[in-house]
This record gives sequence, C-alpha cells and structure tokens, in this order.
Amino acid sequence: MQVGVGLPNTLEEADAELTRTWAKRAEAGPFTSLGVFDRLVYDSLDPMATLAVCAGETEEIRLATSIIAGPLRSTALLAKKAATVDVLSDGRLTLGLALGARKDDYDAADSEFRSRGARFTSQLDELRQIWESDDIGPEPVQDGGPELLIGGTSDPSYKRVGHYGDGYIHGGGPPKIFAKEAEKAEAAWNEEGRPGEPALWGHGYFALGDEAAADAGREYLLDYYDFTGPFAETIAEGLLTTPQEVVQFIRGYEERGCDELLLFPTVPEMEQYERLKAVVENEWTDT
Amino acid sequence: MDINIIGGGPGGLYASLLLKKEHPDWEITIYERDPKDNTYGWGIVFSDSTLGSLREADYKTHDRITDKFAIWNPIDVHYGGERIRCGGHTFSGLMRSDLKDILRERCDELGVEMHWEHDVENPREYAEDADLLIGADGLNSTTREAWEDEFKPRVEMGDAKFAWFGTDKPFDVFTFIFRENEHGLWRIHAYPGRKSTFIVECMEETWQNAGLDEKGKEEGLAYFEDLFSDHLQGYELESKLYSWRNFPIVKNRTWSHDNVVLLGDAAHTAHFSVGAGTKMAMEDAIALYEGFEEYGPDDIEGSVRWFEKERRPRVEGIQDASRQSRLYFENTERYTDLEPEQFAFNLLTRSGKISYDELKIRDKDYTDDYDRWYAQYAQGGDEKRAVAAPPMFQPFDVGGVTVPNRTVLAPSPSTVGSSGRPAREQLERFVEHGHQSPGLVMTEPVTVSDRGRIHPGTPGLYEDGYVDTWTDAVARVNDASTAKTGIELFHAGQRAATRPRRYGLDRSLPEEDSWDIVSASATPYTDRSQTPTPMDDDDLEVVRDRFVATAERADAAGFEVLQLNMAHGYLLSSFLSPLTNNRDDEYGGEDIETRLGYPLEVFDAVRSVWPDEKPVTVKMPATDWRPGGNGLGEAFAIGSHLDQHGSGLLTVVAGQTTANDRPKFDTDVLARYSEQIRNELNVPTMTTNYVTSNDDVNTQIGSGTGDLCQWNPPGLDVNSL
Repeated sequence: MQVGVGLPNTLEEADAELTRTWAKRAEAGPFTSLGVFDRLVYDSLDPMATLAVCAGETEEIRLATSIIAGPLRSTALLAKKAATVDVLSDGRLTLGLALGARKDDYDAADSEFRSRGARFTSQLDELRQIWESDDIGPEPVQDGGPELLIGGTSDPSYKRVGHYGDGYIHGGGPPKIFAKEAEKAEAAWNEEGRPGEPALWGHGYFALGDEAAADAGREYLLDYYDFTGPFAETIAEGLLTTPQEVVQFIRGYEERGCDELLLFPTVPEMEQYERLKAVVENEWTDT
Repeated sequence: MDINIIGGGPGGLYASLLLKKEHPDWEITIYERDPKDNTYGWGIVFSDSTLGSLREADYKTHDRITDKFAIWNPIDVHYGGERIRCGGHTFSGLMRSDLKDILRERCDELGVEMHWEHDVENPREYAEDADLLIGADGLNSTTREAWEDEFKPRVEMGDAKFAWFGTDKPFDVFTFIFRENEHGLWRIHAYPGRKSTFIVECMEETWQNAGLDEKGKEEGLAYFEDLFSDHLQGYELESKLYSWRNFPIVKNRTWSHDNVVLLGDAAHTAHFSVGAGTKMAMEDAIALYEGFEEYGPDDIEGSVRWFEKERRPRVEGIQDASRQSRLYFENTERYTDLEPEQFAFNLLTRSGKISYDELKIRDKDYTDDYDRWYAQYAQGGDEKRAVAAPPMFQPFDVGGVTVPNRTVLAPSPSTVGSSGRPAREQLERFVEHGHQSPGLVMTEPVTVSDRGRIHPGTPGLYEDGYVDTWTDAVARVNDASTAKTGIELFHAGQRAATRPRRYGLDRSLPEEDSWDIVSASATPYTDRSQTPTPMDDDDLEVVRDRFVATAERADAAGFEVLQLNMAHGYLLSSFLSPLTNNRDDEYGGEDIETRLGYPLEVFDAVRSVWPDEKPVTVKMPATDWRPGGNGLGEAFAIGSHLDQHGSGLLTVVAGQTTANDRPKFDTDVLARYSEQIRNELNVPTMTTNYVTSNDDVNTQIGSGTGDLCQWNPPGLDVNSL
C-alpha cells in the first residue's frame, strides 16, 4: 500500500503559499499522492485548479481528486479539464468521481439533483469517448485517459466501478467498513467480467499535535459534514489525533487490501503536514 | 428537565430508570395503556453480549435480572426424526413479566412517575408538555403515527403466521422443531424459562389447511398438543391472548424529530427468530442515556443525535441478519429435501453471520461430526470415517465426471489476443489454473463463431485448426493435476465486437475493425452499441450447427465438462429475456417456454453429440434485475426444463442481460439465488458469488447453497488477463 496526503483545499485560509509549499513538501516526503476534495457552496478552492497549480510545483507525485462530484459539471468541460491536468502533470492525474450528496451544490450549479445518478452513468461512458476521440483535445497522456476511480456505496455505484472505472475510491471510515465496501467493488468487478483487479483507494482525516488541534479538526469535520445529520458525529469521531491512531489506521487499511490511502488535514497549517510526515516516515514502512 | 415516556415496556422503563438515576431532579413520567400487572407475553431471550452493557448501565437491575435467568448454550434442531445439537451459542432468558416487575420496582425506587391504564390519544400534547417525549410504545406506536411525515416509517408484513404459547414442559435449550403433517410444515421455536416459551410458525396455507382460521383457543391448543405430544410429553400449552399474527418489519427513516425520539419496537423490529427485540429496546435506552452523558443535560438535540448515530448501524446489522432468518423460516418448505444433518447446518448458518469456521469455534465436536457425516454423504459407504476433511474437499459427481473437490476456477473473458486463435497467455493461464488443483478448471468463455467474439482476441474453437492448442493445454493440466477440465462455449450476440475490457465494458469497436453482429432481436446492448441483426431461420440453424461442431472439437480436445453460456446478455441469453427478445415467431412471445425454445434446441443438439458419460452444464441467469424482465420464477422454469433435458449442473449468475440492469452486490446475493434454484428444483448448482476463503466455500457447500463453488482464492488473480 502507498500513502498519500490531502491538500488543505477545503480548509479556510488555504492560500497560494500554503498550497504550493504543501505540494512541494509532499513531493519531497514519503507520500505518493496529493488529494483534493470538492465542494461548491463552501469556502474552498476549486479542485482542478488546485491540482493544476500543484502539477507545476511537482514532478513525480500523483494528483488525485478524492472525489469530484461528476454530474455537477458538464461532461465535456470536465473531460477537457481532466485531460489538461493530465497533460500538464505528464500523466499523473487520478480522477476520483462520485455523485456528491450536497443538494445546495447542485442548486448553485443549476444542475438537477434528482437525476444525477442517471447522468453520472452516461457521463462515465462519455468521458472515455471524449478522451479517445479527436474532437475535444488534448489527448491525455495516460492510455485510455486519466486513471478513473469511482466512489459511492450504493449498488449502482459498484456497478459503475465494474463497468467504467479503473478502481474504487472509498468515502472514509474505519478499516473494517472500508473492507466491507471495497469487497463489494471487487465483487462487482469480478461479476461484471473485468480483467485484473480494481485499484482500491481509501481516505482518512488527521489533526496532530495538542488538544486544540484535535478540537479544531473535529469542529471542521462537523461543519463540513453538517449536511449528513447524525453521521457528521461519526466522521468527527474517526479523526486521527495521535501518531498511534495514524499508524493503526494505516496498518488497518493495508491489511485489508487498500492500494492507496489518502490522509487529509483538518487544520490548515504547515505544521500539520510536518507532523504527519514524521509519523509516516518514521513509524511505517510499506510491507 | 421534564421527560414524558409513552409506553411502559422494557425499553420505556429502562430508559426512565437510567435517566432518573443519573438526574434525580428530572421529572420523568411514563404513560402506559395496559394495567400495571399485565403479564402479556412469555419468555424473552438475551445474547451474552447484552449482559455486559446492562451491568455497566445499572448494576442493580442487572443483578436482579440475572438472578431470574435461565442460561443455556446449545441449539437443538429436530427434523426428520433426528435431533442435532450444536453448542456454544450462549443465551439467557427470563419471563417478560419478571423483567417488567424488576424494571418497574427499580423505577419506583428511583421516583419515576408511572401512570398505568392511561390511554394516550394525542401524543403531540405530551411533547408540548415536556422537554423530551420518548415514544417507547411498541409495534403499533401512536407516537410514530403522530409524526408519520417526519419519521417516514415503512412497515412490511412477513408472510408467515405465528402464535406464542407457554408451557410447563421444561425445554432445557433453544429448540427448533420442524414437523410435517397432512396440513403442511410446522416450525416450533421453543426455549427455556420459568415457563417455557413455545412459538408455532407456519405458512398461511398450512394454517388454513389445519382450519386454524376457524378454530378457537381450546381447539387450537389441542391441535398442537396432539401434534407435538412427543415433545410436550403430556404437558399442556397455555395461551394468554390467543391470536395468530404476521410479523411486522418496522423501519423508520429517522428516529427523532424536534423533541421526540422513538426507541425499541416503535423505531425498529427484528424477527423473533433472532431473539433481539427486547435486547434492542434496552440497548436503545442505554444509548439514549449515554447521549446525555456525552452532551450534557442541556443539549437534547446533540444527545438524541448521538443516540441515533450509535444505534443505527448496530440495529441495521441486526435487522439484516433477522431478515435472512425470517426469510429462512418463510421458505423452510424448500429445504425439506435436505438430509437432517444438512438441514440443521443450513439452519444454523441461515443469517449469514455464522459461518462454518464460526461454528467450529463454538462447537468443534459438532463440526467434526458434520465433516464426517458430509464425507459419508459425498462418498457413500456404510460407515462414517473417524476423521474427515471439510465439505469443500469432498468429491462430487457432475453428470458422470467426479471432480475431486468443490472449488472451481473460471475466469472472465480476457482482453489479450488479436484473433480467435487462442493466445498463448490464454492457454497458459488455463494450464496454470489447472495446476492450482481446483476440483474443476474452466476455460474463459470460448466462442463458437468468429462473429460471436466479444472483441477480436476472444478465444474460439470454431476452426479445426484451433483444436490442437486446446488438446495440448488439457493434456498439460491432466499431467500435473487432479483437476477436471471444462470448457465454456458461448456466442457474444449483441455484446460482440467491442473494445478490450481494460477501460470499461461494451464499448463498440471502431467501425473499421468491427463486424456485423446478431441477436434474438434488434436490441443494441447500450445506447452507443451497434444494432444487431435479428437472427433469421438460416442464422438459427448455422449458429446451432456451430455450437454442435465446436462441442465435437471440445470433446476431441479432451475436455470433460462442457458448459453452455445462456447468461450475461450473450446470444442464447438474449432469447430468454423478454427485454431482448421481441420476436414474433415460435422463439419469442410472452411465455418463458417459447423464449427458451432456441436455447433448448441448441442444448439438445450439443447434448446429442457430447458423450453420454460426460456432462453438459449451463450457466443461466437467476434474474434480469430489471422491471419487466425475467425473475426467479422464470429462472425456475428455465432450470427445470434444462434439468429435464439432461443438464448436469446449473451455474447460477444474474443480471447483465441488459446494460441498464440494477444488480445487487451484497456478497452473498448470487449464492442465495443458487440456493433457491438448487433446493427448489432439487438440481445441482454452482455458486458464483465473489468468494475468497475456504470458510466461505465450506459454508456454501455445507449448507447446500451449491454443489460446486466458483471462487477467487487468496493470492491468485483469476481474471489476470
């Protein structure tokens, strides 16, 4: 398993300097990917634009959306942006897509919320078509287009993984929940008759340091996931606040067959990056 | 803080006493419709784990409850004249009335105000009068009804009829009795207590056959005292409130709204066969109490949100297991062909939570004995062996060919190769799989015609020149392995001429590389797919002949099992489904019998040239997973006809007959289809769900879910190409 680190793009105060420094440090550190979240009606940076900046600051590290709400966007524009970031990063884009559960985002984007499932399915089909056709360039650097991961926990989501994806990106939670849901993605992949195995990505949140950092992290998660009702509480409870918790979490995901685990900050400070880096570098080695 | 509680059952009482104990200054008032000394109900059951949480929450009630406990750990299954006992399932139980007395006394001690025989007509008034209203008013909750728009309840009724009785006859362990008489199959759930609880369950038809719709209490009790006289041994059955009901499955979108919260049966029910109703209500009470500990007495919203967050995943887990258990008891008629030993193993593993390995941990003697029984059942002979390998390692006879164990390696269509001539990688993979020594090694789907290739590299056996490559591969498997070899023949039909599957499924080839495709009707598989040409009489004959010719080549190559693919939207499958067959000739129509016509002709033609001593098996869909498509009823018809025409085994898959199906990916959904087809039709089946451990295989084979098990063993990427 590999470990990636999230960018602070949905945290307030994430400016150009923090973003660039974060990306450069991650490239130099033990991490294999940089992740971004997507939210429209929120004080956050656009995921694709953020990755484009990071593409210019780095050379090796993978750049991953984790996830972007696909049907919130025009498929042609999304295809072009993704292909562009793939070209500008020399083939390092991993495009994680899912439905997105926030109705306010859809309302603000003038995109119908109710029909997003059906639109997402055809969008996935069209993305590959666009990347392979000559009409809308650029031609992505990666064969078949950017690595395409699909998220969600409904049966149609797993079917999309089996049908269109290169892999599954899990929405977060304890390792055993990941295992249960990743197994469904593997089942879908197997039953739909795809060759090989799906890439499996997971993610978690951290706030390392003192109690104040942990509190700030939890407060951010309760706010960011407020729309999920009681579930926000569960997400906040899962926040990793000690090196021990981080290591246990990484080990748990590794044991359960995760290929890439993204750890996202919840406090927008460079110090958070350094603390995570120290834990990952010193306490964990990929077995 | 003022709290009103509607309902004085275990959940309401327990929540009251926990909150009152911690906050003596709170005004907590219970309103209960029934009288104080109402002793409706018989025994209730707790699993071991509940007791720890009760002890932590309130030591005194825990102490008094455990004083009254009957504790036992085996489960007995009586079926077909046998008694099978499996230990290690710790349960405890007491009378519902004793539990209520204990809780009520404790509420009294703590100063909870209790109003008995108090009808609540308008719960809204009780919410307005208090800071918090707890609706603990059971199955037919008036609280739930009053806020129906907010809680969004869904109530579904189970199919079976049941009634609760008591008896002085001591049942010393959890006892399931299944008995068939002229009226039908009766299920008894009996368990220990100061008085034993004796629940009778049956299907509506049986209930009517026995005339229970017209029998009163005395006659009804006499009927069962007579039918189960050997178990009751002269003891009488008693009934407090003689009634026959169907079990309501209650779910709510949310359990809280403003200052109202539901708990226990009002919020969620679980079939009585898992014995979790009272347990869940009391655990709800604990979680609600803990919510206030977590958030403090001022934060009702936070506390209630915490309660729901804590409880929902646990409750849903129990509801899932209870659903499987309920379905088992609603369909037990299907299992009456199983031998008592296998019948019991299937019962014990019914909920999907207890596997072969789990049973081994609970009672190793039981599983050892089962292994020995299974070995004798699989291998014949007069005597049980002293030691036997688990079910997955037992041989099985598939239509004359004995496979040495129950595992099957069967890869999906591969994406290598550039013509129908089998590519080296495809052949090597087949040989390598054979060398892993499964019971049976299958080829990936091999096409009978160049037009039937999924993509240009789909391997074929439609040229005589391809026979030698397969002959060599089969020989190499046979040289080094006990595995039997099988070939799956298919024609891709409407799913032909697509790009390699590496970047997704069913993406048409560029026009210059493509070819004309055929299907039952002119149904493009996806919106972007090529429209196939409906097969005319000549096509039907040509394709049938190609299946026959290919089967002859497969025999020449040395394969022992031949499987016809009638699933996944490929050519033969397109005839079966009304969604892809709108022919107006003899091969179309509304009846599955006519739509099955052409696939059966192909089957018969292949069967007639394939040697008698070797089986032809069929991969068939259990459902189209689409409204208007085939369902399990059609699958039973398909399976039944194939069986009559001499198929050796049915490999059960589902969906993909259309591109926009709505599949389910629960890990065992395909296994359940296999089980239903196998046990309904009494035919051998192969399971195809995503199975990765010996434990899964042993559980499936042991329980009679299937006879062979297609699997993905750890460390082997079956679909590597």
